[in-house]
Amino acid sequence: TNISVWVFQNDELRNLSLSGHVGFDSLPDQLVNKSTSQGFCFNILCVGETGIGKSTLMDTLFNTKFESDPATHNEPGVRLKARSYELQESNVRLKLTIVDTVGFGDQINKDDSYKPIVEYIDTQFEAYLQEELKIKRSLFNYHDTRIHACLYFIAPTGHSLKSLDLVTMKKLDSKVNIIPIIAKADTIAKNELHKFKSKIMSELVSNGVQIYQFPTDEETVAEINATMSVHLPFAVVGSTEEVKIGNKMSKARQYPWGVVQVENENHCDFVKLREMLIRVNMEDLREQTHTRHYELYRRCKLEEMGFKDTDPDSKPFSLQETYEAKRNEFLGELQKKEEEMRQMFVMRVKEKEAELKEAEKDLHEKFDHLKRTHQEEKKKVEDKKKELEEELSNFQKKKAAAQLLQSQAQQAGSQQTKKDKDKKKPFLCSS
Amino acid sequence: MSELVPEPRQKPAVPMKPVGINSNLLGYIGIDTIIEQMRKKTMKTGFDFNVMVVGQSGLGKSTLVNTLFKSQVSRKSSGWNREEKIPKTVEIKAIGHVIEEGGVKMKLTVIDTPGFGDQINNENCWEPIEKYINEQYEKFLKEEVNIARKKRIPDTRVHCCLYFISPTGHSLRPLDLEFMKHLSKVVNIIPVIAKADTMTLEEKTEFKQRVRKELEVNGIEFYPQKEFDEDLEDKTENDKIRQESMPFAVVGSDKEYQVNGKRILGRKTPWGVIEVENLSHCEFALLRDFVIRTHLQDLKEVTHNIHYETYRAKRLNDNGGLPPVTAETEENHESNL
Repeated sequence: TNISVWVFQNDELRNLSLSGHVGFDSLPDQLVNKSTSQGFCFNILCVGETGIGKSTLMDTLFNTKFESDPATHNEPGVRLKARSYELQESNVRLKLTIVDTVGFGDQINKDDSYKPIVEYIDTQFEAYLQEELKIKRSLFNYHDTRIHACLYFIAPTGHSLKSLDLVTMKKLDSKVNIIPIIAKADTIAKNELHKFKSKIMSELVSNGVQIYQFPTDEETVAEINATMSVHLPFAVVGSTEEVKIGNKMSKARQYPWGVVQVENENHCDFVKLREMLIRVNMEDLREQTHTRHYELYRRCKLEEMGFKDTDPDSKPFSLQETYEAKRNEFLGELQKKEEEMRQMFVMRVKEKEAELKEAEKDLHEKFDHLKRTHQEEKKKVEDKKKELEEELSNFQKKKAAAQLLQSQAQQAGSQQTKKDKDKKKPFLCSS
Repeated sequence: MSELVPEPRQKPAVPMKPVGINSNLLGYIGIDTIIEQMRKKTMKTGFDFNVMVVGQSGLGKSTLVNTLFKSQVSRKSSGWNREEKIPKTVEIKAIGHVIEEGGVKMKLTVIDTPGFGDQINNENCWEPIEKYINEQYEKFLKEEVNIARKKRIPDTRVHCCLYFISPTGHSLRPLDLEFMKHLSKVVNIIPVIAKADTMTLEEKTEFKQRVRKELEVNGIEFYPQKEFDEDLEDKTENDKIRQESMPFAVVGSDKEYQVNGKRILGRKTPWGVIEVENLSHCEFALLRDFVIRTHLQDLKEVTHNIHYETYRAKRLNDNGGLPPVTAETEENHESNL
């Protein structure tokens, strides 16, 4: 039924003033409560050479020992190892996934080193896209495995970035939020560190590498984000060992010449990293991953599959038209294939039929032949039989005739004998 | 563990089941700050809320909406020109407003349905409403399916439909049953007994019981739907609301009177002042708390995760009409594999 509805909608929204407390200011709380009960997902990718301190830093950041054995240096290629953990702090449950690049930087030929990393990131996007495109989907309790932050560990050479670093970061910057950090920063002296940092940042800029920008649009975090950005890349030191300093136990590395305190901002930027990564921007990292990196992936993927939003004349292409066209194309192909198959089938059937007909004809012929032969034989036999019968009857006739003759002859003979006898007799009888 | 595959093209690792870590962490990490981060972000983006009011003329829909949001949301009946003709068909009027409270900005859209149930022959008068609701789902689906999508898709879907029941004191009318039967499958319906000041306490309780029974007998699932209770806590809380409070018997008013030295919203009658926000007088406060203060987010989520998903799945499964994105892409995927 064609229902026509008269719908009126105002274009300009009216501003209303409330004359009392309505109560929808509890909305953010309602939203947050829902998310809290579901738990949050956060996935970190650590990219860096073997032995640069990735696992130790993760342990330090999250205050726990994620058991992992140190990797060897003789991996044949780069592979990604992902581990998931459930952490809880007050009433917040975090599903943390840490992805490690095992074997990065160890090979002699590092041309393809970045590939497994890009592949992993794309696979997670793909999984999400698949779920989103399903007919029956459950996005609201989907376990998000997309990488939210990539910590890129730069080796503390003190000079500049390695070419492997530049190449890898360039490949990753459009797919993930990159936060570059200088690892094992306690091997660089303070004055050298400053030069090193500027060199790295200028190299990143001149090579067009887009690293993650701490958001400065919201007043509450703009200030802290702006001040922290100046210290990029963060020079970090990781340690899970505790050393007694003063009367407190704190995480530190003990050297003969002194103690490097992890949480001392004069010693290293660990605290800054923790602030930025977890305490200030964790939600923004997740949002950027979803609204920027994932959307880019989705757009590219769909365009790759042939879908467009506008046609060559730049008129907005109704998505439905595109799909209709593609669908018809696909259906057409399907039909053609079906036709082909059908025709082939029909042909085969015809062939088989002809074969069978041939065989049938042969059989018929054979049968006829046999029948004829049989008839002939029968006739022959009958003829022979007749012949034999004739012969037999002839023989019988002959026999009969012969017997008659014989009996006649015998009679004649016996008569003669009698005559003879009679002749003799009269001689005898005279007297 | 991820697989170590000794070949040049290695299989990407897959995150495994989470390992629980003893939450006795040696020091504060700061994970729980994500709540604050999230709250700040959502406050900045603001919220959309679309509520539809359905019921025959004169049941007090506009007044109730004004009372709920404590402002002149609808230019309502007191200014209603009684010579204005009742519309010949059901019309849909959606007016958008912006309200702010405690730093939280809300875009509130109130969708009125003048003409519903007012004609002599009311057959299928729910169809325009169902059509409107489905059109909003369609709009959202179109946006979602775009290749270059907006960062935040404008949400015009109806999150909540307040259905006004006439306080006859007997039972539900066939029109009420028909409407709710059809629409409870596509939108969250909250049945409300209008002008509850025409009933005494006993009449009210009996009427409510009868209405609840009738709704149950006819298989009408109103919000909060039993099947969407997530956990035991939700279930017990919602059971109480479903079996005792709903349907809310409300009285609306936007006039203030002086009672016991306080200015309160109410209706003045020769025999007393009916206090709208007094729980012993009517259940307006319950309705308000339920819809706005506790279940607003849940209304939106049920609309998005369940009603919208149902619409989308059905739409993408239908062969006729506009072709589905998903079947297309899925078929393409299969043919590409």
